[in-house]
Amino acid sequence: MNLEQLVADLSEGRSASLARAISLVENQRPGFERLLAAIHSSTGRAHRIGITGPPGAGKSTITQSLVRHYRAQGRTVAVVAVDPTSPFTGGALLGDRIRMESVALDDGVFIRSMATRGSLGGLATSTREVADVLDAAGFERIIVETVGVGQSELDVSRLADTTVLVLVPESGDGIQTLKSGIMEIADAYAVNKADRPGADKLAREIEITLGIRRGNAFRHVPAHHGFRARAARGAAAHPAASNGDAWVPPVVMTVAVKEDGIAGLAEALDRHFAWLVSSGELEQRRRRRTRDRTREVVERAARRWIWDDTDTQQLIDARLDDVMAGRTNPYEVATEVLDGLRQGSTS
Amino acid sequence: MMTPESHAQPRHLARPVRVLVAKPGLDGHDRGAKVVAAALRDAGMEVVYTGLHQTPEMIARAAVQEDVDVVGLSILSGAHMTLFPRVRDLLNEAGRPDMLLTGGGIIPEDDMATLHARGVGQLFGPGTPTSALIEYIESWAADNLTD
Ligand SMILES: Nc1nc2c(ncn2[C@@H]2O[C@H](COP(=O)(O)OP(=O)(O)O)[C@@H](O)[C@H]2O)c(=O)[nH]1
Ligand SMILES: [Mg+2]
Repeated sequence: MNLEQLVADLSEGRSASLARAISLVENQRPGFERLLAAIHSSTGRAHRIGITGPPGAGKSTITQSLVRHYRAQGRTVAVVAVDPTSPFTGGALLGDRIRMESVALDDGVFIRSMATRGSLGGLATSTREVADVLDAAGFERIIVETVGVGQSELDVSRLADTTVLVLVPESGDGIQTLKSGIMEIADAYAVNKADRPGADKLAREIEITLGIRRGNAFRHVPAHHGFRARAARGAAAHPAASNGDAWVPPVVMTVAVKEDGIAGLAEALDRHFAWLVSSGELEQRRRRRTRDRTREVVERAARRWIWDDTDTQQLIDARLDDVMAGRTNPYEVATEVLDGLRQGSTS
Repeated sequence: MMTPESHAQPRHLARPVRVLVAKPGLDGHDRGAKVVAAALRDAGMEVVYTGLHQTPEMIARAAVQEDVDVVGLSILSGAHMTLFPRVRDLLNEAGRPDMLLTGGGIIPEDDMATLHARGVGQLFGPGTPTSALIEYIESWAADNLTD
């Protein structure tokens, strides 16, 4: 693979080249780190938006609606839709495109489905690297959809600038059932399927849990008008959302199938990004993440070196009989391995 | 050691085979396509499923963006003689003549031969067990995919 050609093709937005570059990175084929190094200076321009929530909450439908919204504004959008790999067969059914049909033929949109795979290197790392490729290719918004509540396949907040948690009235006992820690990662909430009963209650629950003091503006609005009122409030500047330096996650009611509330959600995401910039948080987050990422790249390289380029596996295999017979143990073997690596690397 | 653990992926590949399953045309339901998609997943493949009523343009574009190895079409409408060649041409134009185009439907033997000459792979009649398609894709992958 000709790296210069690939990088040039990326900047020209050639679809097949971009798709292959993503595979190169996703599969960690030889040369992928050189590609990432070459494009690194062209990354950091996109607003990366994570959309997470339970299966069936409407994440893909919201994604499609957001894409349409951004396209109407003339912005280009890339979508990465992540679905779980079966731990038993290694296969995966990636069906998010079904909900994104209306933008499938738009030249300003690129959609890629990813399976979680075994992810020894860390799925968050490889998804972030795929997002880097899309960022360097010039997409202005990158939306990463992941199933994230319950058995968190991927903590999308580690790679997104802005993370949206999508919940629906049916989510059982509402937020009581949420995994602990999930509310900490959300920069905004979408209460989707607000055409169904219970959406208002869920939104209220979230706001209370977030400790938002509710204003008086809509107190006079009868309950059955709650949807409009809340959508409007989510969309307009939330009284508490821009107070001081802290960010208070807005709760936006949406009916994604009708694109209701989507403009408000998009506006909340823009507002969050603007806050990230103005508060200096973006700079800090990116700095922290650059540090984390560099550690991960070092770890990945170290792992590859140990298993591919040294005799570590042979040494372990050679000691196995002794371990099984009780003459030594995994910890002594590990010490021996590390002593050997240390000597090898300093000699 | 960096290879994800998986039982069914081809031994020579460090990743699963990627397949796009689509149902072009205007005819009815997608039960058959869904069964095929699930069977391929269970065989260890990554299956991008795009749903009903896909145009050749949508199929080719999705295949290119998803960088799949194989495109499988389920065509029961009788429009196979236009749909398969059209998708083949679009894939070739997008720079992906290497992708395998296969599928199934009610397709007479003569038509299968004609389509084969147009760069379409093996096609499967109704009632073919999904294992036949899986075997076909796996052996194609063994012969044609290197990384
Ligand atoms: N009633 C209603 N259904 C919705 C809404 N948004 C999505 N859906 C439906 O919910 C189902 C799951 O949506 P999908 O976007 O695939 O959810 P995901 O699994 O979170 O990506 C689909 O049948 C959608 O049509 C909504 O606002 N109201
Ligand atoms: Mg989805």
